[in-house]
Amino acid sequence: MSTIDESTNIEDTAFGKKAAGPVEWLDDRLGLAGASKRSHLLRKVFPEHWSFMLGEIALWSFVVLLLTGTFLTFWYQPSMAETTYNGSYTPLNGLEMSHAYASTLDISFDVRGGLLIRQIHHWAAALFVAAMIVHMLRVMFTGAYRKPREINWLIGIGLMVLGLVEGFAGYSLPDDLLSGTGLRFVDGLLRSIPIVGSYLEFFLFGGEFPGDVIIPRLYMAHILLIPALLLGLIGAHMLLLVYHKHTQWGGPGRTEKNVVGYPMLPVYAAKAGGFFFVVFGFTAIMGAVLQINPIWAYGPYNPSEVTAGSQPDWYMGFVEGAVRIMPNFESTFFNYTWSWNVFLPAAILPGLFLGVGVMWPFLEQWITGDKREHHLLERPRNAPFRTAFIVAAMTAYGVLWIGGGNDIIATKFHLSLNAITWFCRIGLFVLPVITFMITKRICIGLQRADANRILHGYETGVIERSPDGGFAERHAPLPVGSQFTLTNHDRLPALEAPPETDANGVAAPHGRKAKLRAKVRAFYYDGMIDKPTVEDVHHADEHLRDHDGHPVELGDEFQGVSETGVPRVH
Amino acid sequence: MRKLSTRRRHPLAGIVVLLLALGVVGGVYSAVRFQPASAETASANDVKAGRNLFLVGCASCHGKNASGIETKRGGNYGPSLIGVGAAAVDFQVGTGRMPMAQSAPQAPAKDPEYTAEETRQLAAYIASLAPGPAIPDDEYTDISGKTVEQIREGGEFFRTNCTACHNSVGAGGALPGGKYAPKLDGVSAKHIAEAMITGPQQMPVFSDDVITPEDKSNIIAYIKQVQDQPNYGGMAGGGLGPVVDGLFTWIIGIGGLVIAAVWIGAHGARVKKK
Repeated sequence: MSTIDESTNIEDTAFGKKAAGPVEWLDDRLGLAGASKRSHLLRKVFPEHWSFMLGEIALWSFVVLLLTGTFLTFWYQPSMAETTYNGSYTPLNGLEMSHAYASTLDISFDVRGGLLIRQIHHWAAALFVAAMIVHMLRVMFTGAYRKPREINWLIGIGLMVLGLVEGFAGYSLPDDLLSGTGLRFVDGLLRSIPIVGSYLEFFLFGGEFPGDVIIPRLYMAHILLIPALLLGLIGAHMLLLVYHKHTQWGGPGRTEKNVVGYPMLPVYAAKAGGFFFVVFGFTAIMGAVLQINPIWAYGPYNPSEVTAGSQPDWYMGFVEGAVRIMPNFESTFFNYTWSWNVFLPAAILPGLFLGVGVMWPFLEQWITGDKREHHLLERPRNAPFRTAFIVAAMTAYGVLWIGGGNDIIATKFHLSLNAITWFCRIGLFVLPVITFMITKRICIGLQRADANRILHGYETGVIERSPDGGFAERHAPLPVGSQFTLTNHDRLPALEAPPETDANGVAAPHGRKAKLRAKVRAFYYDGMIDKPTVEDVHHADEHLRDHDGHPVELGDEFQGVSETGVPRVH
Repeated sequence: MRKLSTRRRHPLAGIVVLLLALGVVGGVYSAVRFQPASAETASANDVKAGRNLFLVGCASCHGKNASGIETKRGGNYGPSLIGVGAAAVDFQVGTGRMPMAQSAPQAPAKDPEYTAEETRQLAAYIASLAPGPAIPDDEYTDISGKTVEQIREGGEFFRTNCTACHNSVGAGGALPGGKYAPKLDGVSAKHIAEAMITGPQQMPVFSDDVITPEDKSNIIAYIKQVQDQPNYGGMAGGGLGPVVDGLFTWIIGIGGLVIAAVWIGAHGARVKKK
């Protein structure tokens, strides 16, 4: 890294001289050198922050999934036809089971490296969805979805939904007792949909559950349809990223019109390439030392059997939890049973999460009226409503997780299953409100702290004694760069009541909608602290630099000392 | 003999034969029926010693005559033990579930309070009250020399009858109201067999008519085999399934990779600066 500027040109090195011939031969035929120069892709600048690499975890786990998944297809047989198991795992020896389950057992016990690859594949899948979620949270918390990136946000949501379906399909393929139980869950979900439910079930399963076509169908979706869609959407996601340029944190020298960071070559290619190996290494280590989904322990699927601790993989846990805590509501209209107890938590609630996710950028635009482009990220504290809203949604999601694992929590912590269920039923509605209020107050408190640091400077750690004997800590103005960073966001808009009448004195059209918007808008901005004005800052600066009251000059280099007397650097 | 053969067509002959047959069947039945209780090699001394232990340690809840104590609301402090048999005593006392340390939705297993000798005496006393299931013999618990077929068979019975509560590897599971199916790890073959024939606490009784003694021993053999085999594929997280996998995904996977991202993000090209 340290030799970037001093290095000799690559064509002058021994390697360069040797490679020049073949490279030129290729370039004459492909013209890549010119294309990459014209597109500036190789010198594309990316800003630096650890949180910008969360999406990369998802990308690289997807690559790991493609590699390991290809290996698994060599041995897996997507067939529900019966066979007799005769492999190495003796407790199941001689048992009737589907080819799908038998071949997965073979992968686990009789194919060299099969169990390792299967476990890497499963861990990478769990990580893939988890990384998409943390990436999405980063994008949400920093307002990176704002104009012009709304479409990329929607693509991201599409990737997430496809990831869930893809993961679920993979979970179902081994045809063990656990995956069959999961399929039964989906079967129940489909049936709960009013009117069309049973038709959908027959369509998906080719007749009554479980039928004999669901495994081959899911296999096609799992290895062809959904991965192809995922690849396409990931491509679009990345293209838009390059087209829009990456968002960056505000600071000196960073504007809405530039990107400050390091170029793709050599820095980001190395970093991202290196991160791929880190991700691959992580999934490989997890696959090697941590058991995941021991399908041999569950036995072949049999609709009359079930095991305690039957749960979906974590990403479907919130749906599982919603179903587990839902009271048993059911009604009968015209001889048709309407299973609200399944339909509401398993179909409507995930739809609600999805709907809010899809609508969020547009809802926020409608509330704030902000139609400008944004390439600088917003600090979570400077958007208290948004930050609090996300935390509230995360809380609801977390409560549903608890509901989904209620039996494990009950046995491991010696709690009553019913108590946990009631905690979740009430908590689902109460806790998000509480966390919303707490988060909003924390954000506003941090805004106050920022304003305080600007107007009253930072604490230098220098204690001064006044002539009358009092001790006080000396404050000094923040460096200008820090002041800029802290104030590099919009002022609060003036909130006005919508006009009751138009210019002609007639009741304003869309008056109701405007009133609603004004109310939501007032709630959105409620309690926020505006940043200090320029006059405030100048006034504070004069006050802080006023040396008359202080016997000692601190000097320009001084930036304060810590509690232990170590000089600080801002 | 001649008398018998000449009167074999006497009008009452049929009735006499029927009575004789009934007598034989009834006699054999009663001899066999009460065998479990009488098969106990319980001496009168054991019963007496057991009763003394019972009066000190058990009677406060189960009543002086082991007939249980009812509460005003119609529940009971302790249920009647008449007819529960020696197997129930051996299971409850032998696994430390009885006596309970405190009232709870369900008696947890703990270190036994009574020695093996005392447990035997208590069992003898309870068995003397009324016939009930005896402590199972080797027929139930001998799992040496089980073939692959028998273990597979036991697995099928286990998955059909047991895993819904006890989990596919016997890690245990939750039941309503703070009750639970305990984990089967480290439970002796004798105690598993006793649990099946007596149905302690929340567990249903699996009588020998429902699951034969041989099938019971096959189930035990399967449980032991699954618990003795190594954790293929690495650390297993207690056999609790996807919840633990999710925990590992977030804490080890995402936690570790975020740390890696911070590390990569902190090492830029500005290394030259210092």
